[in-house]
Amino acid sequence: MPGNIQSIERAAAILRLLSGRNRRLGVVDISGELGLPKGTVHGLLRTLQHVGFVEQDPETGKYRLGAALLHMGSSYLDGNELRTRALNWSDSLAARTQEAVRIGTLHDGQVLIVHHVFRPDDSYQTLDVGSLLPAHATALGKVLLAHHPYVAAELARKGMVSYTDQTICDLERLERELEHVRERGWAAEYGELSPSQVSLAAPIMDRRGLTVGAMAIFGPPERLLAARAPRGELLTHVREAAQSVSRELGAIPW
Amino acid sequence: MSERYVAAIDQGTASSRCLVFDRAGRIVSVGQKEHHHIYPRPGWVEHDPEEIWRNVEQVVAHALAEARLEPADLVAVGIANQRETTLVWDRETGRALHNAITWQDTRTDHLVRELAQRFGDDHFRERSGLPPATYFSGPKLRWLLDNVPGLRARAGRGEVLFGTVDSWLIWRLTGRHLTDVTNASRTMMMNLDTLDWDDELLAALDVPRAMLPEIRPSAETYGAAAGRLAGVPVAAALGDQQAALLGQTCLAAGEAKCTYGTGSFLLLHTGERPVRSSGGLLTTVCCRVGAEAPTYALEGSIAVTGSLVQWFRDNLGLIGSAPEIETLARTVQDSGGCYFVPAFSGLFAPHWRSDARGVIAGLTGYITKGHLARAVLEATAWQTREVVEAMIADAGVSLSALRVDGGMTANNLLMQFIADVLDVPVVRPIVAETVSLGAAYAAGLAVGFWPDADALRANWHVAAQWRPDMDPARRERGYRKWRKAVARTLDWVDEDDEE
Repeated sequence: MPGNIQSIERAAAILRLLSGRNRRLGVVDISGELGLPKGTVHGLLRTLQHVGFVEQDPETGKYRLGAALLHMGSSYLDGNELRTRALNWSDSLAARTQEAVRIGTLHDGQVLIVHHVFRPDDSYQTLDVGSLLPAHATALGKVLLAHHPYVAAELARKGMVSYTDQTICDLERLERELEHVRERGWAAEYGELSPSQVSLAAPIMDRRGLTVGAMAIFGPPERLLAARAPRGELLTHVREAAQSVSRELGAIPW
Repeated sequence: MSERYVAAIDQGTASSRCLVFDRAGRIVSVGQKEHHHIYPRPGWVEHDPEEIWRNVEQVVAHALAEARLEPADLVAVGIANQRETTLVWDRETGRALHNAITWQDTRTDHLVRELAQRFGDDHFRERSGLPPATYFSGPKLRWLLDNVPGLRARAGRGEVLFGTVDSWLIWRLTGRHLTDVTNASRTMMMNLDTLDWDDELLAALDVPRAMLPEIRPSAETYGAAAGRLAGVPVAAALGDQQAALLGQTCLAAGEAKCTYGTGSFLLLHTGERPVRSSGGLLTTVCCRVGAEAPTYALEGSIAVTGSLVQWFRDNLGLIGSAPEIETLARTVQDSGGCYFVPAFSGLFAPHWRSDARGVIAGLTGYITKGHLARAVLEATAWQTREVVEAMIADAGVSLSALRVDGGMTANNLLMQFIADVLDVPVVRPIVAETVSLGAAYAAGLAVGFWPDADALRANWHVAAQWRPDMDPARRERGYRKWRKAVARTLDWVDEDDEE
């Protein structure tokens, strides 16, 4: 077939090699198997690692398939399925916190809202399922970016829009923030999309521990924050609700 | 004063559950356990009454333990139950004398046809609000009397007791032989005007009165529980759909809810008068709180809704899970003129045509699986509209909104389409567990935990709302096509068809 791109074919061959059961291979193994120079293999692996398709074990230096790749294909979780599984937990989160709840997934570098529960005060509200929010300016987005690190760099390349004077538009600052999110297991956004709104989010994981979505409450700072920090009990509710959905999806019980 | 709670036992077709609620109507804890379905022959579906009782005890214990509660922390317990399922037990030993015959069981098919021929549908409908059908308890009880050796003689002597699942649980909890008026209204043996057993109906069914429970209000203290709930007032019992109506706080005439599950149940509150349907709907008791006047409802059930999505998944294999149907349906803008009438075992409310079978109408070369997925979802909406129209015609009220619950409410496309074809807002409340909540509400009202209906209304909040957004001409054109598709299902079954 004319016009095939050799480096893509080679990258595919590496991925196929690594997709065997529990395959963890070093550069030498791969170059031996494929009959390619080590330098070429190394370059391919570096690029694959950058886009999240392979990961390197920090101890052994061996490579395995990356989370981003597993996230595509068979592990793809339907947004409508996620909503169905989350329904009870998102409802009780809204009832407990008296705030609006949204569940989002990553879609082309943005947060796609797949579920929305109204703030339970019977005021006029409109379902915004299907709308897109900027990932760098929402707690939902920060949780999702924290677990899909290669996306943040892509966002930065495209340029991150500033919505308020709080919006994080600088990649280095965003990366530091995402590092915090990974450590703490939750994310907060302080008026970074709209000055009068704050959001708190936690990750929803599937059975392999991959973050497939995020769940957040949205509300005004005076209700969500105390001494400029998220109210502890609200954060607990958000994290528990997200954990319950994760359990529902078969994530390892904890 | 320490916080106090209400417990609800929801004894359903698939599982037994116990939910504990706080005063704001929020779920505090849940216990749940499934039980076995026993299929002795095709069309027969039974449950083991002892297993059900054991599971109820376990889920109660689980729910209390999860919330670290003692029976003394509960002000009352209410029961919501699968309706029509029929049990008989020994008054002396308290042991069940046969498996429970469930509402889905069709063993009384011939008996029901015989009753209809001998007495006429109206004989039953005028008195009980129900046409003869295999669902209802009366024919099931008659089958037991005819088929369990010695049962009829012992029943005549008052040694054998009959009850629906509420009675069975109240008997085990308090030692009293009672049923609530909503459950009694599903037996085909209760008179809707007197709210007592009807001698003519008992004569037609040949059931001895001595074995029937006393009919009591849905919300009053029946007695104090023994066992795991020692000392807790057992203060309510309701059929599950009536409980859902209360849980949705549909408390006034003209308020309606639909529970969208495998099948769907639409109930419209008609106030303090029973409305006899000319449109093929059931008339049923809605609730009776203590000495207050009873309230009534019209009920239309739709046999095939969620189960059509399951059929689409399992029999056609076009989707991997039920929720994915929305994803597939959203690949196209509309159904492409395709209509799916799932009359798999005939048409039910409001048509009642057993000679009908399913059709997919309007097929062209243009139709893709996405269009079929749309048609599958739209079938649920069009069927809802048929039942709503029949209800509005019978009750002479207009519908201002439809309150919804059940698993299919997670499907936004479907909920929007229902709002579009009904031309009223569709509203999902924040507590999806409306059956349990309704049982808790009734029990809480009985013991004064909640003072009145307004206190319940204050607990009800909107979780999602879908507003109608369809061009009226398109709506009516669609409905016209739907009715044409329905017409094409009729007269399919012939006398000499093989079963």
